[in-house]
Parts: sequence; structure tokens; C-alpha cells
Amino acid sequence: MKNEMHLKFRALSQNESFARVTVASFIAQLDPTMDELTEIKTVVSEAVTNAIIHGYESDSDGYVYITVRLDGSTVELEVRDEGIGIQNIEKAKQPLYTTKPELERSGMGFTIMENFMDEMIIESRPNEGTVVRLKKKLSNAKAVYN
Amino acid sequence: MSLQINLEYKEKQILIVRLSGELDHHTADDVREQVSTAIEKNKIRYVLMNLEDLHFMDSSGLGVILGRYKQLKQVDGEMIVCSVSPAVERLFKMSGLFKIIRFVQSENEALQRLGVA
Repeated sequence: MKNEMHLKFRALSQNESFARVTVASFIAQLDPTMDELTEIKTVVSEAVTNAIIHGYESDSDGYVYITVRLDGSTVELEVRDEGIGIQNIEKAKQPLYTTKPELERSGMGFTIMENFMDEMIIESRPNEGTVVRLKKKLSNAKAVYN
Repeated sequence: MSLQINLEYKEKQILIVRLSGELDHHTADDVREQVSTAIEKNKIRYVLMNLEDLHFMDSSGLGVILGRYKQLKQVDGEMIVCSVSPAVERLFKMSGLFKIIRFVQSENEALQRLGVA
């Protein structure tokens, strides 16, 4: 059984908690463990924060798009922006690397996403935007039934 | 869903910061603002961060805590973090902050180490 949801909201920091809570409550139907739920909430928070701070450089005119697909016990999460894009993805993925140290960014966003999920794919084009695709298989998840 | 910041000034240039709620990019600005002003204005050298009632934290929390650690280093001070949940502890370990910041079990233990309890 498959399920899917889409979310679109303005690139405002107020929406970070909205995004992670909404994704978590959608995933709750798979009966994840508390740890898995915390991991997914953290990952959503990281990706949405990246879109706001880096993608749109804190300009709230932009929108952040989230898609969540549930397929059996697998969660697929997609976070997309239409911002400036990432210049060097390999560098951005390095732990503690940040282009915005003046904002006290820790440079741990992608490292956390990679650690908490099974798979992470980043696609980015200059001035078109970035999409981060993340996958995680839940340990003892129930399949979704009708 | 937001963050409450409680500040308590102790003798010997100690500031206790108790955070409850959720620490993310949105709420980290408040923490930075309030704590860094408190450190400057009151010539604080030791900050004790109590995370007992923190229900969520992401890498923005790491950034703001690391920022205050650096701020205190400049005045030859120190930061102690206490009552960390397992989820938050994972983030500290992943970032290497666990190696440079002192972590203790409770507020009381931290105060004892600073010689005021």
C-alpha cells in the first residue's frame, strides 16, 4: 500500500516546526518508534532550515515544497526550494562546513540528514533551486492497509 | 510550539540558562540574543546550560551553543551543559562538541564543580 502527501509553505522560520510536526504526524500511520520519529523530525528541520537560510537567503517570498511518500515500511521525503542552488555539493556535505558562519550555523545539516536516514540524494542547479531526496526504512513499521 | 528561556544569575559570575521547548533555527536567534547580552552586561564567565526540558533540538541548537562556548572562551570562561536527552546527546556526539564542552548529569553537579553548591 502506498500513500503520499504534499506541503507548500512560505520560507519563514516559523514554519520549521509546522513542517516537522506535520511530516511526523503523516508518518505516524506506519507506527514508527519514538527514535525514528525524532530522527525524521530532525531531518525535516535541517532540510527546511537549509532551504530558508541558504536556498532563499532568508527572503520569505520563496516557497518550500515537501513531498512524503510511504511505500510499505519505507519513508521517502523530498524537500525542494526554488532558490539560488548549492555551488559545491561535496563541500556542503562535509561535517562542520558552512557558508554562513556569521549566522552561527554549525555546518552539521547534511551530516545529520545522512546519519539519520538510509539514503540522501542532493540535486541542485544555480538559480533554479535544490531538492534533497531522503529515504528511510522503518524498523518494525506496519504496512499501510486500506 | 516554541522555546522558553529562563536565566538565573548566581554568584561567582555564573549564569544558569534553562531551555524548555524546541530549539531550532527560529528559536535559536532568541537564545543567542538573550544569552550573549547577559554574558556581556553582567561580565559572566561561566554558563550552565540546563537542557532537561528541551524536547527538540537540531543543528541550529549546536550552532548557538558553540557560539556561546566561543564567546566565553574569549573571557577565559567555561560552559557546562547538563541534563541532556539521548536524542540531543547524539547530535552533540556527531558534531564533536561532546569533546570540547563539559557535560554533566544535573544542575547540582555542575554547580558543585563550579564550587557554589
